[in-house]
Amino acid sequence: MSDDVRTLTAALAADPGSLVFLELGEVLRRRGQGAAALKVALAGAARYPALADARDLCARIHSDLGDGESAFDAWMEALQLDPTHLGAHKGLGFLYYRSGDLRRARRHLEIAVTRSDEPGLHAAIARVREAAAAEPAVDGEAAGEAQPAAGGDSPSDAAGAPADSAADSLPFSMDAEPGADLPPEEALFAGFEGAREGLLLLDQHGLRLGGGLRDRDGVDVADAVAAHLAGVSRESGRAARLLELGAWQSLAVECGDGNLHLSAPSPETVLLTVRDASVPAGRLAILADRAGQAARRWLERLT
Amino acid sequence: MTAVYRDALERVSAIRGVHGAMLVSTEDGLVVADSLMEGVDGRAVAALAASLVGRLRRTTESAGLRPPRLFHLRAEKGSILAVPAANDLLVVAVAQPDANLGLARLEMFAAAERIG
Repeated sequence: MSDDVRTLTAALAADPGSLVFLELGEVLRRRGQGAAALKVALAGAARYPALADARDLCARIHSDLGDGESAFDAWMEALQLDPTHLGAHKGLGFLYYRSGDLRRARRHLEIAVTRSDEPGLHAAIARVREAAAAEPAVDGEAAGEAQPAAGGDSPSDAAGAPADSAADSLPFSMDAEPGADLPPEEALFAGFEGAREGLLLLDQHGLRLGGGLRDRDGVDVADAVAAHLAGVSRESGRAARLLELGAWQSLAVECGDGNLHLSAPSPETVLLTVRDASVPAGRLAILADRAGQAARRWLERLT
Repeated sequence: MTAVYRDALERVSAIRGVHGAMLVSTEDGLVVADSLMEGVDGRAVAALAASLVGRLRRTTESAGLRPPRLFHLRAEKGSILAVPAANDLLVVAVAQPDANLGLARLEMFAAAERIG
């Protein structure tokens, strides 16, 4: 244990109610001790439920650990507590950029820049604007597509080195060519949690277009599952139409140990999102919606 | 229709926004019992629900998941929910978009248990 960690740990032990957990969690995060950092941060966040900095710390650690969904949730919680929180806006800007949602990425970065004049933020906004301008407008928006990041799940990974401080430096590099080294079928959901294990895009004939699906034992079941889902979109559409329910939007299945969500990013494709049962159906629908947006942009780029 | 079936289905169809509920044979997609509002084509609902459920059962099996306990088709103007019960039966409900789906879900689980 290094001196600074030892000192901070002792300080926290002496006064468990102090805010020193923020510093200790950050030091542990930078040292790559994610599990220990998260334990400290979660305990601090539980003690200070109204402290946005605690949520921001949790988010950065989740992100370092590759858990983009939890990072997203924690940053959103930080914004609920403090709508102008710099770290949360930068973090969400990164996550949206990575998922290809340039409009939201830009919005968060533009709010962040009102709180900090750091040059990296201006450069990041310029890059997002350039990327958006290079893409055709969708539904009247200047929404463009950026390739998802090729790096790890964390802002600091994307920067190539740990961020000195999320509040003081831009937590990701916009200079990298995100996703450039990934084959198209892997770039589709790159950056999404479970991109290769729980997100599967297939065509109407039951053929896999991208993503992947594995069972609990890690066995690749994507092709077998895709085959069973051939024509499911047509069948769902027919059922909804015959019952005068309008266009079908989603098909959700709850199992004891997992939940499935099916949607149609385009008339010719079906997106299957699978998560374990700890992810409630409502949250699964939100995840599926985000993945569906990424799939639509990916399909548009292909055609 | 037995009293048990009728009571179970009426509890589901009494929920705000639920057009009706029915018991469907999974094997052949035929209506076993129903409690539907006028205008709902029970036979069509039964056949379509059974077909979709069969396909999704095979899907979850291939994915290495336990057997499904709830199916929910959401459309612009409403939803179809289905919960498996004993003896290859399905409790199926048709609901409006503003229905209390959380309550419907719970009542459907309860109905499936009573029927079993």
